[in-house]
Amino acid sequence: MIRDITLGQYFPGNSWVHRLDPRIKIIATLLFLIELFIVDNFIGFGIAAVCLGVVIAVSGVPVGYILRGLRPILMILIFTFALNIFMVNGRVLWQWKFLHITAEGLELAVFMAIRLILLLMGSSMLTLCTRPLALTDGIERLLSPFKKIGLPAHDIAMMMTIALRFIPTLLEEADKIMKAQQARGADFESGNIIRRAKSLIPILVPLFVSAFRIAQDLALAMEARCYRGGENRTRMNGMKFAKRDYAAIVMMVAFLAVIIAESWLL
Amino acid sequence: MPTESLALDDVSFEIADGQMFGIIGHTGSGKSTLLQHLNGLLKPESGHIIIGDVDITEPDIAMTEIRKRIGLVFQYPEYQLFEETVAKDVAFGPRNLGLAEEEIQERVREAIELVGLDYETFKERSPFELSGGQKRRVAIAGVIAMRPEALILDEPTAGLDPKAHKDVLKMVEEVHRRTGNITILVSHNMADIARLCDRVLVIDSGRVVTVGTPKEVFSRRRELAEVGLDLPPVTQLTEALRQRGFQIDETILSVEEAAEQIAACLKARNTHNTQNVRRTEDK
Amino acid sequence: MEPIIKIENLVFAYAKGEGREAVRAVDGVSLAIERGSFTAILGKNGSGKSTLAKNLNGLLLPTEGVIYVNGYDTADDEHIWDVRQSAGMVFQNPDNQLVSAIVEDDVAFGPENLGIEPAEIRRRVDKALQDVNMGAYKNKPPHLLSGGQKQRVAIAGVVAMKPSCIIFDEPTAMLDPKGRSEIMSIIKELHAEGITVILITHFMEEAVEAERVIIMHDGRVFMDGTPQEVFSRQEKVLSVNLDIPLAVELADMLRERGIAVPENIIKTEEMVEYLCQYE
Repeated sequence: MIRDITLGQYFPGNSWVHRLDPRIKIIATLLFLIELFIVDNFIGFGIAAVCLGVVIAVSGVPVGYILRGLRPILMILIFTFALNIFMVNGRVLWQWKFLHITAEGLELAVFMAIRLILLLMGSSMLTLCTRPLALTDGIERLLSPFKKIGLPAHDIAMMMTIALRFIPTLLEEADKIMKAQQARGADFESGNIIRRAKSLIPILVPLFVSAFRIAQDLALAMEARCYRGGENRTRMNGMKFAKRDYAAIVMMVAFLAVIIAESWLL
Repeated sequence: MPTESLALDDVSFEIADGQMFGIIGHTGSGKSTLLQHLNGLLKPESGHIIIGDVDITEPDIAMTEIRKRIGLVFQYPEYQLFEETVAKDVAFGPRNLGLAEEEIQERVREAIELVGLDYETFKERSPFELSGGQKRRVAIAGVIAMRPEALILDEPTAGLDPKAHKDVLKMVEEVHRRTGNITILVSHNMADIARLCDRVLVIDSGRVVTVGTPKEVFSRRRELAEVGLDLPPVTQLTEALRQRGFQIDETILSVEEAAEQIAACLKARNTHNTQNVRRTEDK
Repeated sequence: MEPIIKIENLVFAYAKGEGREAVRAVDGVSLAIERGSFTAILGKNGSGKSTLAKNLNGLLLPTEGVIYVNGYDTADDEHIWDVRQSAGMVFQNPDNQLVSAIVEDDVAFGPENLGIEPAEIRRRVDKALQDVNMGAYKNKPPHLLSGGQKQRVAIAGVVAMKPSCIIFDEPTAMLDPKGRSEIMSIIKELHAEGITVILITHFMEEAVEAERVIIMHDGRVFMDGTPQEVFSRQEKVLSVNLDIPLAVELADMLRERGIAVPENIIKTEEMVEYLCQYE
C-alpha cells in the first residue's frame, strides 16, 4: 500500500535529535549527503555509518522502521546493483555466457549500494525526527536571507506544509475514486499503454476536481483563521539555539574535519 | 505495524429476491469491507458470495460478470463524475460492459429517467454545474445503467439537505419498486432504515451481530447499544415512556403508531383515574 | 448591551457566469445577534445561509448594506483581522480546513497568524485541545483521525484564537451519529462558557438546542424566534422544505387524538416528561 511509505514521514518522539533546531538538522543532513558524494573509500562510509548509527540510537527510532522506508526503493537498489556488478570491466571472478562479474564491478556495486542506503537512511532521519512544520519553518529560516533577492521563502515553506498535510488525503481520495470507477466496470490493468493511459482519465478528472475543491475550501479556512502571508507571523515553537544545538555544531565541525582528514590522508 | 486482523470474520447471510435490505454498523465496523466484497472489489480469503446461481468468488469469473450482477454506489458518488455531459458519464458503466451503442443509449435514457431527471433537459449538461442532489442522482444513474440484479447504496443521503434527503430516498424506493431487484441500503439514519427495509443486518467488528426485520433488530436494545448503535428516534422516545411505566408496545417504529398507542394509553389511564375518583367520592 | 453582530440590510449578489444576471444569494437581511447567545440558522441548500455566514467574518463582503462585528465594519480593510479574530468559523468538511500535518501545529496556526507570543500560543493550544478532548492526539497527523476528531481539532484551532463568536457552517453534515453528538456537546459547552454561537445546520434535533432559530429562504429571513415559536408553526416550516423535530410531529398527532400537548414542547425529553405527568 502507498500509505506504508515511511519516507518523508514523522516519527513522534522527544529525543535529543528530535529536539535539535531544525536548521541544524537540515544543515547536518546536507553535510552528510555531501560527504557521501565526496567519500571515495569504505573507511569514509564506515565513519558516516557510525555517525548515522549514533544518531539513530539517540533518536530512538527503531531501525526496522527506517529500513521499511527503504522498501519502495528496493527495486532501484537491486537494479543499480545489478547494473554495476555486470557492466564494469576488470578482473573476472565469475562468468556465464555473456554475463560476467568482475572484482571491480563487485566493489563498485557494493560501494554504490552502501552510498544509496546511507543516503536514504540519512535523509529519512531528517524527516523522521523533525516535525513537518518545524522542517518547513527551518527551510523558511534558512532561505530567508535570500528574500532580499526576491525569493518567497515563506510561501515556499507554506506550500511544503500544505503538501505534507494533503498528500495522504489525496492518496485516500484517489483510492476511493479508483474503487468507484472500478465498480462502474473501469479496467486499469489490461490493454496497451495508450489504452491504459486513457483509462486514467476517469480517475484523474475527479481527482483534479477534488484537489481544486480542497484548495478552495482550504484557502477560505486559512483566510478565516487570519492567514495573511508571512508578515507578523509568530511561531509556537520559536527557533532559538539551545546548548544542544551548539554541541551539534561542534560535532558537525568535528565530523567534517575527520572526513577531510580521512580523504587527504588515504 | 498493526498485526493482521480479520476485517470480516465468518459472515453469512441471505437476501431474498426483491428485498430492500439494510446494513447498519458504526464507522469502522466492517461495513465498507463487506460492500466491497459483495461487489468483487475485494476477494474473500475464504467463503463464497453467490448471486442467483453464480458464485462471484470463483477465481476465473470475469469482473464484468460481477458488475452485471451487483452495482455499488459509493458514499458521495458525485465525486466520481468526470465526463463532459451527463449522458456520457452515465454511459461509462454500460460502455465498460462492452454493450452495443444502441443498447448503451437506451440504458442511459432509462437510467436518467429512473433517477427522476428529465433526459432531454439533462443529457447535454455538464455534470459539474448541477446542484448537489442532482449530481448525486446522475452518479446513481451511472450504476443503475449497468442494470445490476442487486443495487448497493452506501449512505446515499449523506450530506444532503432535508429536501434532497427525502427526494433521494423516494427515488431509491421508486427504483427498487420499478426494477423489483434487491436493494441494499447502508445508512446511519435508523429512522430511514426502519421505515424502508424489509430486513436489517447489524455488523460490528467484522461479524454479523444480528439479522432480522426492523422490528426484531430494533427490539435488541442492549445488543445495539453495545455496538454503539442508536434506536430510531421515535423508538427511543417510546422506550423512554415504557420505562416510565407506559403500557405500549415494544419497539414502535413509526410516529403514527407511537401517537396512536400513547393516546390510547393516556385515555385508558384517564378513565381508570376518573373511576378511582368516583369510587372515593361514593364512599 | 451592544449586539456582537449587527447586520443592516445586507444584500450579497454574485454573477453566475459571464453575461448572466447577478443572483442575490442574500437579499435584504437585517439581524442583530446578542452577545453570548446561541442561534441556529436553518434553510435548504441555496437559501443563502452559507453566504450569510461567510459575510459575517469578511470572507465575503456585502454588495449592499453593512455588517458590524464587535463594532468593526467587515468592509473596513483596516479591521478585517479584528473581525476574523472576533468571529471564528468552522466549516463543513473536516478534511479541507486543517492546514498542518500535526494536530497541535494546526491548532497553533490561527494564533501564529495573529502574531501572539510563542509561550502564550503554547498555553492556548494546550487549553483548546483539552476543551475539545483531543489532548491525547496532539502529535497525531490529522489523516489518521476520524471525521468527528478532525472536526474537534478544527474547533480547537478556532477556540485558540479566543474569538467572542464562532460560526459553525454545517459542522456535522459529513459526520456519523457519534461524531455528530460529540460536536454538538462541544458546541453546547462553548456556549456555556460564554461564546456566542451561530450554528448553521440541516438537523432539526440540533436546532432545538439553540435559544433562537432563524430560517432563511430565498436569501431572506423567513422565520425568526425561539425554537418553540418557530417549530410550533409546522406548516410554515414544512413549506420551505425543512423537517420538524420528532416531538413536534408527535405532538401534532397527539392533538389530533384529543391530547392537548402544549406548543412549547419541541424536544424528545420534554415530550417524555410531559406525557409522564399527563393527568
